[in-house]
Amino acid sequence: MWQLLKIELYKIFRRPRTFIAFAVIAAIIFLIQVALKFGGEEYVGMMMSGLNSTFDAPADQVMNGYFVCFIILNLLLIHVPILVALVAGDMISGEANMGTLRLLVSKPVSRTQLLLVKFTAAGIYTILLLLWVALLSLFLSMLIFGTNELFVARGEEVNIISAADILWRYIAAFAFATVGLITVAALSFMLSAFADNSIGPIVATVCVIIVFTILTQMQIPFYDNTIKPYLFTTHMLGWKGFFYVQGEEGVTIERSIENLPAIIRSGLILLAYAVLFLFTAIWYFKRKNILS
Amino acid sequence: MSSIIQVKHLSKEFRDIKAVNDLSFEVPAGQVYGFLGQNGAGKSTTIRMLLTLITPTAGSIEIFGMELRHHRKEILRQTGAMIEKPDLYKYLTALENLRIFALMSGMKVTEKQLMDQLAMVGLAERAKSKVRTFSQGMKQRLGIAVALVHDPRLIILDEPTNGLDPQGIADIRKLIWHLSRDLGKTLMVSSHLLGEMELIADNMLIIDKGKKIVEGKKEALLNPDTVQVEIMTDDKDKAIAVIRETNWKDCLAASANGTVLLEMQKEDIPQLNRTLAERGINIFSLRPKHTLEDFFLSLTKN
Amino acid sequence: MKQGIRIWGLILFFLIPAGMQAQTAEELVLKVKEKFDKVNDYEAKGKMKMNVTFIKAPVATVKVYYKKPDKMKIHNESGISLVPKGSINISIANIIANAAECDIIDAGKEEKTQLRVIKLLPRNEAADIVLSTLYIDEQQLLIKKTKTTTKENGTYELEMTYGKYAEYGLADKVVFSFNTKDYKLPKGVTFDYDDGTKKGDPKDKLKNKKGRVEISYSSYSINKGVADIVFQ
Repeated sequence: MWQLLKIELYKIFRRPRTFIAFAVIAAIIFLIQVALKFGGEEYVGMMMSGLNSTFDAPADQVMNGYFVCFIILNLLLIHVPILVALVAGDMISGEANMGTLRLLVSKPVSRTQLLLVKFTAAGIYTILLLLWVALLSLFLSMLIFGTNELFVARGEEVNIISAADILWRYIAAFAFATVGLITVAALSFMLSAFADNSIGPIVATVCVIIVFTILTQMQIPFYDNTIKPYLFTTHMLGWKGFFYVQGEEGVTIERSIENLPAIIRSGLILLAYAVLFLFTAIWYFKRKNILS
Repeated sequence: MSSIIQVKHLSKEFRDIKAVNDLSFEVPAGQVYGFLGQNGAGKSTTIRMLLTLITPTAGSIEIFGMELRHHRKEILRQTGAMIEKPDLYKYLTALENLRIFALMSGMKVTEKQLMDQLAMVGLAERAKSKVRTFSQGMKQRLGIAVALVHDPRLIILDEPTNGLDPQGIADIRKLIWHLSRDLGKTLMVSSHLLGEMELIADNMLIIDKGKKIVEGKKEALLNPDTVQVEIMTDDKDKAIAVIRETNWKDCLAASANGTVLLEMQKEDIPQLNRTLAERGINIFSLRPKHTLEDFFLSLTKN
Repeated sequence: MKQGIRIWGLILFFLIPAGMQAQTAEELVLKVKEKFDKVNDYEAKGKMKMNVTFIKAPVATVKVYYKKPDKMKIHNESGISLVPKGSINISIANIIANAAECDIIDAGKEEKTQLRVIKLLPRNEAADIVLSTLYIDEQQLLIKKTKTTTKENGTYELEMTYGKYAEYGLADKVVFSFNTKDYKLPKGVTFDYDDGTKKGDPKDKLKNKKGRVEISYSSYSINKGVADIVFQ
């Protein structure tokens, strides 16, 4: 099993395509960091416009590494699924397209095992991608912008979290984002099992995510109460929950999370989807006639 | 002689198309088994069923005396295959491709073993080149190396000479001989080119439209006691009527475009000629079809 | 003579209680100011706690700098110093310093606390402050409470508790209450995610629009000099 996994990882990381995602992420993060370094205080000013009538909020203190990371994650995590799909959506259909699938499947490895190994490899790729995001968005930002308390602007509330109380939240948030992206990987992987060309599953995944994200962000009560709770994209935003704190008389309670059950529920829903997608992929692929 | 592959009443239907129809055959050990048929005859579907890529609709497959469905891994571990085009990971080198498929077959291989394998197919010098840069012939040879890398007992090659130049074809032929004669492997080689099969195969199976047409030793097929005779006359119907009155009435195989086809003993041909001439039938030509090519074409016509 | 004595007696009778009752409002304000004038500058350490409906922030470790006549700065040592707007200008020092430009009105005593109530009305019509009300402990000459109404930012209240530094008129604890405006960020700017739980009626939230900032000072370092640069 480990040997097979090594082979799959080897195949992933010997492809130039794999590194597109890493390069794209580096480029986006770099651009955001440059923009915030030179024009960040205006950006913060805009974000704190609701506060400025009542408070003097020092933009230079708000603009710190933790905050920059938070902005980057907000801008980036919506788009990382596309990069995940680029690899996960190619795992099976890419082999079919290349003509190597028939060789793989005629090897003494069960199809279930082959798929589990391939999915694990896609999962590892996803995790590495997120570690890369974390390295650049969090640790590099901490180096460039320093650290301070984290200012979280919410729709009707501002949360300020003390510097010592942040790092674990990021670790938790990245772990949650991993679950979300693994779900995307599973979706993409499932579509990949259905198809015999690479483009189809990748495009299909991206389309699903775009449509679901639009539905998630649309504030239409009809959808809010009917389909929205079932869209996995809604739950993928759950990582933000780790930055919503509880307060007592306006004072942030250290190590608190406003609504942990909701985050856990979102996480479980995502996992359920991931498992569903993976099992569907295996169920289908086991019966599939390899004609490619 | 024991059989390496035993196929019984194998069928595969895709929706309403019968790709393989009640096919039975046996591949003897240590021989080159030619699997012949026109494009679309069902060769690839059959081979894919042997390699568990396609699930049969009906029938059974035994390889090495084991039921394929229940001993898939054990069987595939000892089987090497090249299926249709030799598609490999283009972004990897020849050596890397070879290593991957050796490992996938559950085999731990040393760098030297891999290099020996590449040397056998004449690719040692290009071991570190990306497959992307390979010519069709080189890919074909690497594909064969991949099929052989884990030292399988059974080697299935689907159209191994497809797209090769004459030199390439000759090289593959030599390799197949080497594997069979020197290494004692059992090979099942499919082709739509009879000429190739004539040169390499010991035994042969010819299929058309998913059905077996004939199976047997090459020599028997090439020099049969019974030959097909194609007679061209000025009056086909009369000729048939005459033949119906003779002892050869059961030999009538087919008739078309003024020709009559008979399957009969070779030594009876002069007698037939005389009989027809005596009955006033003008014979334009009387041609025994004894080459496999003719045989194959006659069988698979229509 | 007798009559003269009676008149004087009468005058005294009226005057003495007045004198006993205490100084005039102006005098009182002046005395408080004198006491405060002993402080040229200070640097104080303390903890700042905020209680605003729409803000959750950690307790901040702050340094408060003051320099005569009206420079003041709250600096958050541990994080983001979110300081209510105008709170600097509403400091006692500021109010006292501006007292000279105000009409001082004596409003008697607050019954419950026996604190002297004095209203300051700025003579300058353009000033942001419309009215300041001071609640003064006459014995200790300490301002215990102020209420300031401004044109722009509503009403502010300061409540002081004194201890070790009472002789300088510096409080150990200051509670600053102020009006907050609605806070709502447009979608797209916020980092919101709907966790599916039903939020309370937003109207209830907005009703309570008083904010409170509480600074508890642990120490003052008085008249040791404070560089101007800290106020920038």
